[in-house]
Amino acid sequence: MAFTLYALLQAALLFVNAIAVLHEERFLRNVGWGTDQGIGGFGEEPGIKAQLMNLIRSVRTVMRVPLIAVNSITIVLLLLFG
Amino acid sequence: MAYHQGYGGQGSKHRGRGPLVPPAPDPHQLFDDTSAGFPHAQGTPASGIDMGFNTLLADPMANVAVAYGSSIASQSKDIVHKEIHRFMSVNRLKYFFAVDTAYVTKKLALLLFPYAHQNWEVRYSRDTPLTPRQDINAPDLYIPSMAFITYILLAGIALGLQQRFSPEVLGMCASTAFVWVIIEVLALLLSLYLVTVQSDLTPFDLLAFSGYKYVGMILAVLGGLLFGSDGYYVALAWTSCALMYFLARSLRMKLHPSLVPDGMGHPRGGGRGQTYVTLGAAACQPLIVYWLTFHLVR
Repeated sequence: MAFTLYALLQAALLFVNAIAVLHEERFLRNVGWGTDQGIGGFGEEPGIKAQLMNLIRSVRTVMRVPLIAVNSITIVLLLLFG
Repeated sequence: MAYHQGYGGQGSKHRGRGPLVPPAPDPHQLFDDTSAGFPHAQGTPASGIDMGFNTLLADPMANVAVAYGSSIASQSKDIVHKEIHRFMSVNRLKYFFAVDTAYVTKKLALLLFPYAHQNWEVRYSRDTPLTPRQDINAPDLYIPSMAFITYILLAGIALGLQQRFSPEVLGMCASTAFVWVIIEVLALLLSLYLVTVQSDLTPFDLLAFSGYKYVGMILAVLGGLLFGSDGYYVALAWTSCALMYFLARSLRMKLHPSLVPDGMGHPRGGGRGQTYVTLGAAACQPLIVYWLTFHLVR
């Protein structure tokens, strides 16, 4: 597989977009990955699933506004330059 | 060595001196002092330049412009430094390049034959880890960067020997190798976050550990070039085993909780996850080495 740095940036943008579109109420709660389920207590080890849920929620919260900007720029650039 | 006449502690500022009088060499200086500005003592062409500068600086407008320009330059330099400092600490980066020849030779020998090494701990001095010059177990970024450049050159040679060379392929090879290391560092960071291990592994440490595989790649490609396909597989097997052992021992030393001197000796539940991360990282190395080199020794 031949990668360029541009391919890495594209892949990263698509990946973050994919995390951002996981809707909290309609989807994650049905799967059992909602953030109000199963955090459970003040135990020392949160476990991998709780860490993943935390990561998804924090990525969605933090990257919502920058993603709008980066997506708009990418759309404009791809329209102009193909 | 005409240049040396103009530099040195006192020679450059005194324009009245004859241009060919050499100042006494300072034995304590390792490098020549170049802070005194442009060379005056270069003979008659320099005196012509002196006259030109004299008339230029006598003009008050040019004076103001020069002063303004230099203040703008220093301001923007400060801004750039501040911005860079926000993203990465340059001091932290300098730590990784504080190496010397003895360290590099011992570390290369360690990367290729780590089975005899006994003590894998990184020694500290007053809460800061020792520089690579003083501690062989410390990770550095010099070997990975040099090995990366050597790998690119070797890839060019290998492709050229097979009549498959073109400059675009070289750039593609370089960026592919770099991107794979970046992906591996990101995957390692993600998995370390998920198993909630508390260690002092910075992203630069992980970059250093991932970059050590370039040494293995260089040896594999060399083996393939010198001894054909058999040599490639033998070198690949040897360097893969050595690299896996090296990485497993180093990461275990850095991640294992009972070796962290924090006063709590009870075993933590995350130990199993840490073992998985270490073993997984070690197991991925031969795969990436193979993936990045097999197309060069076809």
